[in-house]
Amino acid sequence: MIPYDFDYYLPDTWQEAVDIYHTLKADAKNPLYYGGGTEIISMARVGSVRPNAVIDIKKIPECQSFGTDGTKLFFGAALTLATIRESGLYPLLSLATGRIADHTIQCKLTLGGNLAGTIHYHEALLPLLLADATIHIANAQCIREVPICDVLNMNGKLTPGELILMVSLNKRYAAYPYAHIKKTKAEKIGYPLVSVAALNVGGTLRLAASALCSFPFRFKDCSFADARPAMDIVRELLADLPEPVLSDTEGSAAYRQFIFEKTAEKIITGFRNGGSHA
Amino acid sequence: MLKISGKTIITFNINGSAHEVTVRPGDTLLEVLRSRLGLTGTKVGCENGDCGACTVLVDGWPVKSCLMLAVEGVGRAITTIEGLTNTPVQNAFANFSAFQCGFCTPGFIMVCHSLLMHHPNPDDYTIESWLQSNICRCTSYQEISAAVRSLIKSDA
Repeated sequence: MIPYDFDYYLPDTWQEAVDIYHTLKADAKNPLYYGGGTEIISMARVGSVRPNAVIDIKKIPECQSFGTDGTKLFFGAALTLATIRESGLYPLLSLATGRIADHTIQCKLTLGGNLAGTIHYHEALLPLLLADATIHIANAQCIREVPICDVLNMNGKLTPGELILMVSLNKRYAAYPYAHIKKTKAEKIGYPLVSVAALNVGGTLRLAASALCSFPFRFKDCSFADARPAMDIVRELLADLPEPVLSDTEGSAAYRQFIFEKTAEKIITGFRNGGSHA
Repeated sequence: MLKISGKTIITFNINGSAHEVTVRPGDTLLEVLRSRLGLTGTKVGCENGDCGACTVLVDGWPVKSCLMLAVEGVGRAITTIEGLTNTPVQNAFANFSAFQCGFCTPGFIMVCHSLLMHHPNPDDYTIESWLQSNICRCTSYQEISAAVRSLIKSDA
């Protein structure tokens, strides 16, 4: 039970959603956009968040976008991770979302919630960073479509009141060899010690990581087609981190770095051997 | 745009029947099912989405009812353990003694029923990944696994 009252809004359009958000804000209320609600409910129950209103985005058509127009793939913000996982439309995204929380939670947790929530791992972001995805964001004036790397890479945030409607990406990224490896401290289900996603784009390695630093990010692309040992490539990647390796109760910085090195080495070796996924 | 503020009467479709109930937006589906509708087969466990004891089906998919607002249930087909009486999954759990204390059993049955609806012939990875959503403190996992596997079509 959430031990206080709040209002529940179910807008039919993104304009209604954004309008009511700003109206409530102007009224000194504290509204939250609501997708799956798993994070909001669990935090509200213990008093970590206290919204006066939640704005449920599940009826907004753009937030339910799903499929392809032949060239691009579309994933609405209100799609559950289970829907994305089961679809296999973008296999790397299916694999990564299939390792977030447990299966039943994936039936409630939404793509938008994972991208915009407060839990800093945002593992669904990794495959989208690698595919140069476009994020469609509604604000009070319009929908803006911008590269997701420009908005959410390295702890980027939305402007308050902005609403993620969907992400889109070129369909060709669904055909590249891919890999995703998630390591946890102990259990199969849990927050990542490191979570690494990779695409092999014609001999160029695209790699993104979550939990290695305090935010998810994409490394600079590099070639792995030469004869260098895989670990040399990994060390080059580590030399260009955006911030020091994370150290917390899940794992020390040295341990996380060790796990990342072995994980990235395995991915590179797998790509060199013609592997398509891990 | 629908707005629900304070106590409001809403209509649920639960186990194929319409139910009118008074809810506030902060009520979870779990407490409405148990406290207002008397559907106490859905169990209260961690109330944090970890244990799976409160699992119900929403439009055929398993959902932990402690992490769903009751107001989200409007217009959705909700199935609780009371709606799965004498189903093959329930019978398989009985036949394979896939429980000890029975507290987690309704949640496991909901997940297994949904799994077999969506994947009539699941592979080991699929079975494991679906069942990882639930915890049994009596550790009846082997018997639960045997019960599910007994219903796989290719094994029938």
